[in-house]
Amino acid sequence: MNGTNAAIAMDARPRLPRGVRLVHNEAQGGWLLLAPERVFKADAIAAEVVKRCTGEATFAAIVDDLAKSYSAPRERVLADVTALLRGLADKRLLEL
Amino acid sequence: MSTTAALPKPLGLLAELTHRCPLGCPYCSNPIALDPRASELDTETWAQVFAEATALGVLQVHLSGGEPAARRDLVAITAAAHGVGLYTNLITSAVGVTAATLRRLAEAGLDHVQISIQDSERAAADHIAGYEGAFARKRALAAEVVGLKIPLTVNAVMHRANIDRIEEMVALALALGASRVEIAHVQYYGWAVKNRAALMPSAAQVARAAALVEELRARHHGRIVIDAVVPDYYARLPKPCVGGWGRRSLNVTPAGKVLPCHAAESIPGLEFWSVREHSLADIWTNSPAFNAFRGTAWMQEPCRTCPRREIDFGGCRCQAFALTGDARATDPVCHLSPRHEDVAALAAVQEDAPYVYRRL
Repeated sequence: MNGTNAAIAMDARPRLPRGVRLVHNEAQGGWLLLAPERVFKADAIAAEVVKRCTGEATFAAIVDDLAKSYSAPRERVLADVTALLRGLADKRLLEL
Repeated sequence: MSTTAALPKPLGLLAELTHRCPLGCPYCSNPIALDPRASELDTETWAQVFAEATALGVLQVHLSGGEPAARRDLVAITAAAHGVGLYTNLITSAVGVTAATLRRLAEAGLDHVQISIQDSERAAADHIAGYEGAFARKRALAAEVVGLKIPLTVNAVMHRANIDRIEEMVALALALGASRVEIAHVQYYGWAVKNRAALMPSAAQVARAAALVEELRARHHGRIVIDAVVPDYYARLPKPCVGGWGRRSLNVTPAGKVLPCHAAESIPGLEFWSVREHSLADIWTNSPAFNAFRGTAWMQEPCRTCPRREIDFGGCRCQAFALTGDARATDPVCHLSPRHEDVAALAAVQEDAPYVYRRL
């Protein structure tokens, strides 16, 4: 419980579990996360984050990369990405 | 309704590959008149349907039945769906899906498996399914699914005989390695109407179940997703059936008729088109059945001016027809329906009677 803001280990390698896929679909108007019997719309930022969750990149590297790509303060990116990934993990859409 | 641009695109397609099924569940959701085996679409036609579905914007296909494994070409059908990029979900009773078949399905690209489990206890589960040995096969297939690292959903249909064991059902789903469990209450459209009194939970059971589900969600947060809704006859607001008629999904019957929802054939007078004669896009846009209850123009009062009319779309059309004889009526589950008291009266009829099993 109360997991949404819990810190994520910097050496974690987040990835989509089998059965969860990020797809881009014109007819549906953008990015979507396909999951068991559920579909979640992903905004462009969320899609950029999820795209980096390959199971290879560490959480630290993902945050660094996003901070650089968007010229955003690392602390702010860390907080936003933590909340996003925790929320996905709670829904069993991401493995940390 | 006149322009394609104004129409939403469907996300999901329920492919009822066959109506054949080894189980005899007293709440079977297949229509009263089943499509015979000889009328079933062949492999190539299903492949064509999947290709047309993808072009229409569909992302997920649910391979269902009946028992989809009654089809010998299930692997080829799954491969065809995967081949055009669809997310493939197998909805199965587990009976007839061997370990070897499952491995071939996994190789064909199967993304997810949903197994129905009738109760947390073997004898009770087999009694409800009307099939000795079903429970053992379900447990075994669940282990095989998880062993292949395919995500698993347990579908638990609840009613008066098993609603007091929701906690045990969720514990079983966790023990089996499921990442999701659906607490689905019986819906009374087709066959289930014959067994309504024997399946109807009491108000006290429903209240306990609702509180327990909330507690279980908190207890198992992050370990298993628990999807549950209030059973219709005890609800105050109707459910937006299939996310709104002709808005989110379509259903193809074993013989190729395309329906806005799996029970739509229970409404007399609707004209359904077939994939044998029309493309899926043509059917989605132009078939009379899909346009019958699209949007809000068909509504009567109190729906027509209701602030929730685009949230719940007047509720379930099949239920409105079943309970009032008028498919355009407000779903009587809604507290604003003039027939709402009928629902309470029907829910009060409860009897521990023997089931009328569905035998093919």
